[in-house]
Amino acid sequence: MSLRRSFVTPEGVDLKIELGSAGSRAAAFMLDGIFIIGIILAVRLLLGSLLAARQIEAVDVLWRVGVFILRNGWFILFEMGGRGATPGKRLMGLRVIARDGARLTGGAVIARNAMREIEIVLPLSYFGASLGAMFLGEDVLLPLLALGWSMIFLFFPLFNRDRLRVGDLLAGTWVVRTVRGSLGHDLVAGKESARRTFTDAALGLYGVYELQTLEDVLRGGRNDAIATVAWTIRNKAGIADDGDDFGFLSDYYAALCARLERGLMLGRRREDKFAASRG
Amino acid sequence: MTASSSAILGAQPILVNATRFRKAHEAEWERLEYLVSRIEKRSVRALSDEDLLVLPLLYRSALSSLSVARETSLDRALISYLEQLCTRAYFQIYGVPTSALRQLGRFFARGWPEAVQAIWRETLVSFLLTVAGVVVAYILVNSDPIWFYGIMPEGLAAGRDPSASTEALRATLYDNHHDGLASAAAFLFTHNAQIAILAFALGFAFGVPTVLVILYNGLMLGAFLAVFVTKGLGWNVGGWLMIHGTTEIFAIVLAGGAGFRIGMAIAFPGRVSRGDSAIAAGRSAATAMAGAVVMLIVAGLLEGIGRQTVTDDWTRYGIGLTMLIGWLVYFYMPRKA
Repeated sequence: MSLRRSFVTPEGVDLKIELGSAGSRAAAFMLDGIFIIGIILAVRLLLGSLLAARQIEAVDVLWRVGVFILRNGWFILFEMGGRGATPGKRLMGLRVIARDGARLTGGAVIARNAMREIEIVLPLSYFGASLGAMFLGEDVLLPLLALGWSMIFLFFPLFNRDRLRVGDLLAGTWVVRTVRGSLGHDLVAGKESARRTFTDAALGLYGVYELQTLEDVLRGGRNDAIATVAWTIRNKAGIADDGDDFGFLSDYYAALCARLERGLMLGRRREDKFAASRG
Repeated sequence: MTASSSAILGAQPILVNATRFRKAHEAEWERLEYLVSRIEKRSVRALSDEDLLVLPLLYRSALSSLSVARETSLDRALISYLEQLCTRAYFQIYGVPTSALRQLGRFFARGWPEAVQAIWRETLVSFLLTVAGVVVAYILVNSDPIWFYGIMPEGLAAGRDPSASTEALRATLYDNHHDGLASAAAFLFTHNAQIAILAFALGFAFGVPTVLVILYNGLMLGAFLAVFVTKGLGWNVGGWLMIHGTTEIFAIVLAGGAGFRIGMAIAFPGRVSRGDSAIAAGRSAATAMAGAVVMLIVAGLLEGIGRQTVTDDWTRYGIGLTMLIGWLVYFYMPRKA
């Protein structure tokens, strides 16, 4: 299932954004959880020695407020910051954005994170209650029913195609992958020597899909793939083997690309080899 | 056309659109990529004024490059490069909120009171539910004190139950042990704030669990009041409660109202789609809920510190009423659009 979604900027251009998968988001949440618990444990260790000192009350206040801020503020403050991502999300290459393409507002960030109370905390506490009832030999039915009910919120992202959790639904946000890449070199430019020429019939064999597959093969640079593709094309078009597979494919790519682009200019986009060739 | 085009192919290096396009714009794209990478690594502050001015221009030109490339070029590497570049630039230009300080200023000046005003109906319902809870529990406990133990969870009453003597109850209202005041304030704040956030979040289940939380909150309050009033301590417990209660109960009522808002928006979206209705309600109700957390900080301070140091009933009432009027004016005072 494709996670690519149409995402139109205020300028009206579709960026075709890629959503974060359920797995990477769960991993990001685990990482954040580990960070938060790690910080709490580390501070607890430090405070253990400080508690022996005189200013016990100040330490206690800082401790309580600190835990509260870590629990509720970690996600909110990081996502309100410029990167739109908690450290866990950054490590997993994720980021929160508003679904409507507008700026991510504070209200939206608070809404999506306050909902964790019912998505995570509620199922966890009912889970604990169920376990407790089981060990104590009490009635398990009620906590189990409550657990089942709260599981709806926990597994909400798996029940919709945009992988929205309850918080995302309510805040109008979604979590997207942050992709980085550099510009691949131009396959066509920079060749001084004369190119091979191809007959119209030879160029009429393929469409855009095959052209871009050929582009991948050329950029991939794997010799066996290049040899196979060159053999297939020569075979199909009835061209003799001249021993230079890469040169042949580069020239064929350039010629096919030019031809298909001319078609584009005339409003004729030939998607693949099964579509009819017209000029 | 077919014969002539084949002839050109052999004559000189052909230029497909992508080649022409790359030559014309590559420098701009590289500049944009450089600027965006710098913001990503550090922050917007890493850019000079000149860079900041040119950034949106480069972004728009990259966007138009992307549009043109999609229509005229078949170079997939070029298109996917431009897609990721535009997306990254978009994040930096539109994704980044204004500075934290400015957001905070906006929140107190407009965002918070406007969000509270927007949920006035739900606030009223939440308030009436609280009152209903108080009245019902008061009548129940008054008629048969055994109800008190049914309503109050064990431990929360801490000896302040119907079996306690009047003197013991009076003492709980005025004992001023000055140790651990800040600690108590911090405990009260974090405890109440977590309840407020839960009451808000539970609103998602069509508001039903929020009704229970708010009603139960009222019941506990009513049962508690009944114990003191029947012992002739009504006026005293009023002051004890008012000093922080006007702020704290108001905050819980607002958090409940915010929860109702999202529940209502999902259950009865009206003319807009359910999703849009949920988003509009969620964003504004979350702002009101965040405001309730701020109120609970104030309430924690009033309860943990103010109540222990101020033991005069009149002063307690005065502080409580002043706070209530202050909140009401701040929230509902008409503001210029």
